[in-house]
Amino acid sequence: MNCRLESGGRIDRTQRLRFAFNGRRYRGFAGDTLASALIANGVHLTSRSFKYHRPRGILTAGAEEPSALVQLGEGARTEPNLRATQVELHDGLVAAGVNAWPSASCDLAAWTGRLAPLFPAGFYYKTFLWPASFWKAVYEPAIRRMAGLGRAPEEPDPDIYDRMNVHCDVLVVGGGPAGLGAALAAGETGARVLLVDEQPALGGALQGLRHRVDGMDGAEWAQAAAARLAAMPEVQVLTRTTLFGYYDHNTLAALERRTDHLGPDAPAHLTRQRLWTVKARRVVLATGAHERPLVFADNDRPGVMLASAAQRYVNHFAALPGRLPVLFTNNDDAYEVAHDIVAAGGKVLAVVDCRPEPAAPLAATLKEAGVALYTGAVIAATHGTRRVQAVTVAALGEDGGLGGGRWRIGCDSVLVSGGWNPAVHLFCQSAGRLTFEEARGIFLPGEATQALEVAGAAAGSFGLAACLADGAAAGARAAHAAGFGDGRAPPAPPSDAPEPGAIAPFWLAPGLKPVGHGKAKHMVDHQDDVTAADIRLAAREGFRSVEHVKRYTTVGMGTDQGKTANVNGLAILADALGKSVPEVGFTTYRPPYTPVTFGALAGRDRGALMDPVRRTAMHEWHEAAGAVFEPVGQWHRPWWYPRRGEDKHAAVARECRAVRAAVGVLDASTLGKIDIRGPDAATLLDRLYTNAFSTLKVGRVRYGLMCGDDGMVFDDGTTARLAEDHYLMTTTTGNAAHVLEWLEEWVQTEWPELRVWCTSVTEQWATLALAGPKARDVLAAVAPGLALDADSFPFMSVREGTVAGVGARVFRISFTGELSFEINVPWHHGRHVWEALMEAGAAHGITPYGTEAMHVLRAERGFIIVGQETDGTTTPQDLGMDWIVSKKKADFLGKRAWIREDNKRADRKQLVGILTDDPKVVLAEGAQLVDRPGRPPVPMIGHVTSSYMSPAVGRSIALALVKGGRARLGEAVHANQAKKFVRCTIAEPVFYDPEGGKRDG
Amino acid sequence: MLWIDCPWCGARPETEYRYGGEAHIARPDPAATDDAGWADYLFMRTNPKGVHAERWMHREGCRRWFNVLRSTVNNEVLAVYPMGAPRPDVPGGEAEGG
Ligand SMILES: [Zn+2]
Repeated sequence: MNCRLESGGRIDRTQRLRFAFNGRRYRGFAGDTLASALIANGVHLTSRSFKYHRPRGILTAGAEEPSALVQLGEGARTEPNLRATQVELHDGLVAAGVNAWPSASCDLAAWTGRLAPLFPAGFYYKTFLWPASFWKAVYEPAIRRMAGLGRAPEEPDPDIYDRMNVHCDVLVVGGGPAGLGAALAAGETGARVLLVDEQPALGGALQGLRHRVDGMDGAEWAQAAAARLAAMPEVQVLTRTTLFGYYDHNTLAALERRTDHLGPDAPAHLTRQRLWTVKARRVVLATGAHERPLVFADNDRPGVMLASAAQRYVNHFAALPGRLPVLFTNNDDAYEVAHDIVAAGGKVLAVVDCRPEPAAPLAATLKEAGVALYTGAVIAATHGTRRVQAVTVAALGEDGGLGGGRWRIGCDSVLVSGGWNPAVHLFCQSAGRLTFEEARGIFLPGEATQALEVAGAAAGSFGLAACLADGAAAGARAAHAAGFGDGRAPPAPPSDAPEPGAIAPFWLAPGLKPVGHGKAKHMVDHQDDVTAADIRLAAREGFRSVEHVKRYTTVGMGTDQGKTANVNGLAILADALGKSVPEVGFTTYRPPYTPVTFGALAGRDRGALMDPVRRTAMHEWHEAAGAVFEPVGQWHRPWWYPRRGEDKHAAVARECRAVRAAVGVLDASTLGKIDIRGPDAATLLDRLYTNAFSTLKVGRVRYGLMCGDDGMVFDDGTTARLAEDHYLMTTTTGNAAHVLEWLEEWVQTEWPELRVWCTSVTEQWATLALAGPKARDVLAAVAPGLALDADSFPFMSVREGTVAGVGARVFRISFTGELSFEINVPWHHGRHVWEALMEAGAAHGITPYGTEAMHVLRAERGFIIVGQETDGTTTPQDLGMDWIVSKKKADFLGKRAWIREDNKRADRKQLVGILTDDPKVVLAEGAQLVDRPGRPPVPMIGHVTSSYMSPAVGRSIALALVKGGRARLGEAVHANQAKKFVRCTIAEPVFYDPEGGKRDG
Repeated sequence: MLWIDCPWCGARPETEYRYGGEAHIARPDPAATDDAGWADYLFMRTNPKGVHAERWMHREGCRRWFNVLRSTVNNEVLAVYPMGAPRPDVPGGEAEGG
């Protein structure tokens, strides 16, 4: 059925476009949306509903569309759940309705509609209760297959996206009459103005109307206004841009669709979508209003459409929503829609008005044009399957039920108008309060909490003249508040539109049977298939809070956030509870206003650009040596260096053996390094570490534990005293930034009297850890000027000298238990010195080793790793490290907490070693420990924190935290491993060289 | 997104800052504080509906700590003042709840 008018509209009839929908081919024009093109082709059935798979059509002409959801495109570019009303048509467009299998017109799942009694309100909660495992295995896959909700693409997104930040004096949201008025008024003051609108062209509601503004066609006036704005140097206009989020402090987010309307013609260099973050001094919300549907029996059949949507399709797209429409209204303004259809050459069969008196004078004009008028009447039923074919009109009785009189009218569409809801979504997001106006049955913006104005229909001014004046005033006010102009509104252009007419709020039309009885459904939420009967049932079952009813019935919980459903649903709930609408309250609108693609949110932050990668000075050498890398925070560290034919286990074992038997070298550059200077540096360290650093001699190094004031370990490392007032602290790799902040926090907030300065020097010094009995020989070959014997250069001391021709700081510290030198050289010399060590050590078989071997070597010696042996509830005493806790210092962070009863419990988890009875079994890190296997529940007594196969010990080793473990050495425990229990023995947490005799080589 | 006036760098977005929790909680003398008092210092914080004094640090800028009075109702920043300075008086400064 061709429903395109011969003339009129603002489509470009010179550009014919081909497209396919639900597998059939159609034609449209440039300027069409997918919805308008379908309507022009006589297509109303687009998709199936979410729960009952009822046939669904196009209800609206805009962003509020709940039911005409489509899957757009194919392959990697397919996108689910787009509103057909907002998809601009391009040549070759391919789309299909969602929720339909195999197709919208023949849906095999529609039998669920006949099983509707099984799907009452809260059916999720009632039906799928037991057993829990059924959820994953049965219910959820079945529901998902049935519910559809579109398909996500399975291939990587081929498009690019980007982000922009913009600051403005006045942000105007919405380019309709109020928004244009506001932008012009604000722009004329010289303020920096940003105007955003979701449509391809400015004009908003003017595009759907036939009224004249300033002597011009309304849409032409909007184009003239756009031209004036374009000429203002400080004004920027973004069309095809949806302002979707209103956040704190007038920070707002908008999505610009840059190439979607071009289809395959989109230039490859353009980003597909752009996310705008706007920081505005003042905001003018000119977001308009959404017409609300009337709720009547089977009001969701394809062919049922909002009256204002029909008006827009006729006036803007030259497409008749039907050849034989019936209009159903509770207000005067909808009569204008019938008038426009007749004026465009269409036909209107009847106007059904639930009020006793029709709208004068349009009623008389319509009667003359042959339109039947039913007043004090409702549509009590619709008939048809895939499209409405007839309605039953019935008179309203005295009691609000049906009176006498039934008229069956054959028709092909039903246009409904229940009045207007101001689009207060963004106002709500801004944390503004809503007020309810009884007379028109609408929620209005009340007290604002942010720097904003609301203008036009969004503020309840529904007349065109009022919108134009309101917008201009709001724009001038906003500019003035931002420091521009005198705040006086320029004169608004005249228009020929009448004042808004009368309305009688009407929430639920009685059907032929009582609501909820029989097959008819009074649909409230078209997207979630929530009916008036569902809401009444929730009320009967005891739900009182609107938030609970929302979650129980799912009303307003779809991707449309109930733009057409919420107010009707609230009013029906209020009626069922015997309360007023304000007493019931309102659920909160949250961002986004309409769905936003993940691509736009991610922008360029994907793949390699997701997070910066930090590489050391020797990184390319490691790569060339075939290292496998481990991400540690943002750092990439060599994990192990497999040789040909080696697996991880073999490579790590070889690296460990090399360090124990000869010499190895580790790139330790990523360890955090903090330079601490000032007369009070020693005092600060004494307060932060559990042990004393003021007693440390210049040239010496000490290991320290850092605790919070709760007594729990949060970092460890060595600190060297380079001069009386100069220390160099090392931290764990992952905690470097956190420790620096910790130091700065105490110095700035609690002890500002301390004269001390802390600077991160992590990336100033490359660190090479040379470890093994041959370490001294290797270093001697490249640092002939350094005295390296144990007396001249004792354990835990630091020397400055020249290594491989480069000025260096050398620390004699050891994380492996072997003789070890940590050589620090300026970062950019790191690779040179590394290569010099490799050359000098070649004769000794020097072996580069990675973090995995480092972990094994330190675990053999029982050295902890913070974050592995500790978890934020571990004290130094739990770790058996009382030796590092000062008994002399009066106060330091952590000390006070340890005298709390809980920190003195004998059954605290303590660090112990764990040896499996079978030396070949390597426990899983994290494995739970129990005293003995048995029937559950079995009390846990601890868990494994580190576990490795140790080449040096010749068996598996593990560290664990065990309740009262220090008193249980030698006792048996069992580790849960792959659903079996492994018998183990508690041991000292040192497995290799317990006397520490190896450290001097 | 909050916009906070760093006393040294000017208005900057929230993402440049680190939040530091409630302000004006001095570390008590450990020797003169019982367990309950220590727990109070470590863990107990007010949770007002209204004006909240809190600490912020300009992590990705000057790295300086300072205090902020913020309304927890609408997130309005009512005052910015240095560490160690007394809490300024602002209209509606008496918070409900706690
Ligand atoms: Zn700053």
